[in-house]
Amino acid sequence: MSTTAMVQADRVSKSFGSNNVLRSISLEVQTGEVLCVVGPSGSGKSTFLRCINHLEKIDAGRLFVEGQLVGYRQKGGKLHELRPKEAAIQRRDIGMVFQRFNLFPHMTALENIIQAPMRVKRIPKAQATLRARELMERAGLGDKADHYPAHLSGGQQQRVAIARALAMDPKLMLFDEPTSALDPELVGEVLDVMKELATSGMTMIVVTHEMGFAREVADSIAFMDGGVVVESGPPRELLGNPQQERTKAFLSKVL
Amino acid sequence: MTVSKPAEATRPNPASSGTETQGDAIVAVPLRHPWRIAIAVVLVFLIALFIVDAAQWPDYGWADVGKYIFDRRVSQAAWVTLALTVLSMIAAIILGLLLAIMRLSPNPVVKSIAWLHLWIFRGTPVYVQLVFWGIVALIYPVFTIGIPFMEPWITVENGVFTNLFITAVIGLALNEAAYMSEIVRAGLLSVDEGQEEASTALAMSWGQTMRYVVVPQAMKIIIPPTGNEEIFHAEVDVAGGGHSAQIDLYGVSRGISAVTFTPVPLLIVASIWYLLFTSVLMVGQHFIEKRFSRGTGRRQTGPTADMDPAVAAVTAAPLGNEMGGKG
Repeated sequence: MSTTAMVQADRVSKSFGSNNVLRSISLEVQTGEVLCVVGPSGSGKSTFLRCINHLEKIDAGRLFVEGQLVGYRQKGGKLHELRPKEAAIQRRDIGMVFQRFNLFPHMTALENIIQAPMRVKRIPKAQATLRARELMERAGLGDKADHYPAHLSGGQQQRVAIARALAMDPKLMLFDEPTSALDPELVGEVLDVMKELATSGMTMIVVTHEMGFAREVADSIAFMDGGVVVESGPPRELLGNPQQERTKAFLSKVL
Repeated sequence: MTVSKPAEATRPNPASSGTETQGDAIVAVPLRHPWRIAIAVVLVFLIALFIVDAAQWPDYGWADVGKYIFDRRVSQAAWVTLALTVLSMIAAIILGLLLAIMRLSPNPVVKSIAWLHLWIFRGTPVYVQLVFWGIVALIYPVFTIGIPFMEPWITVENGVFTNLFITAVIGLALNEAAYMSEIVRAGLLSVDEGQEEASTALAMSWGQTMRYVVVPQAMKIIIPPTGNEEIFHAEVDVAGGGHSAQIDLYGVSRGISAVTFTPVPLLIVASIWYLLFTSVLMVGQHFIEKRFSRGTGRRQTGPTADMDPAVAAVTAAPLGNEMGGKG
């Protein structure tokens, strides 16, 4: 097992009751890489993403982040489930952005961003605020600090959500269809922030339907369908010359 | 007449919006509501009639109302009622919040304790509970600490449950907390699951998630039925409980009227005091509601979304009363 990989999935499986959502998923993401996961809805993309920060428990296989088993501790050949506190410590280094933003509506944009650094990392408020303003500036939201989420557009809300995740200084960012809930004209501003982030060297796993973004930004693309990774490879190969019939069928609909 | 305005009056007003209006600005006659006014007039007339009539009716005993409203016994009972209500209410809200959170905890032991409390204290009548707490001192005259079946280490006289007031507060609070916990639970369940998920993904603990994310959002849902519950509690439970002990407003009023044979004036006296207290509670509720509805100004989302804060604040201001405003 290589310890250099940021994320390593080894035959990861997950089922909800009799529904096998993930069937033996194996893939690797190196530090600094951007992986885009594409595929039809219900293919298990989001579930896989949620397994990486242990929002969902996996049933079989092994999942490592920075060489560390996610959600479990191996002791004497057996896996022991981690305490919630230990799982939380693993999540500190993993940022997540949701399809429906999930900003805290009772807090201003700034309060949303400083919350976790203050509560989890015990960073003093003044210092957290300074950092939050920096991140908002970077996301083009310099003047929106005191706005409540309800007073921001979808694109602005999602950019606040990205800044909120970045405030914890994660090593890995997970994006769960970050532009799917946005009006078409607002998609670009969110993708721009994500592109900038990718350029800065952030390791990212992005579940998306934005093929243009995947082509331009991704180091590799994984096509998922029916709970398995059907095909994966660099964008040029996967989008330009897909090998599997299912990949071809999917791409013919979305490209 | 209103249609043909001079040309300069219909020119778009630069202060109102920057859009280039093509057609004439609409100057419409507002929709009239004659029936509203008519019905309101009739109602006011009927109320006035009732008041004038009641003022002359000897059975109301207005002189007695004036005499007893500030009677020492009555005002003292009013204070007892207020103290009973407020103290048991505060205890019940805190305990209810705790029980509701326990009910939703992933820990099955904690969950069961909360469920048991609800089952017992909501499942038996409050008066039965109050009578029970009243006689607890007879069943357990002393508190002891030690190993069972051995000579106790420490023995303390039961001083808590011999005090009628403290007993009433404890009894009322325990009962009320059961009802409160269900109100709070409904509020907690109303918060979108994505909120807990986002908070968890930010590495916040379950406790932090509850305290900083879920509970503050649930408050908006919790407060109106809590106001309802507490006012009902003040009027029915406290009055009923206090009545049997003859220490509260209703109990004392009934006591006086039993001697003077004038029930109506004393009922009015008690009602006036109750109205005063519930009005204070309602004012308090209004301000708490305002505090917890931050960020939820429904009407300001659309057009003001991209305005600068100053403009948004000005446009939001007239809507800001019942809608909670802009925080």
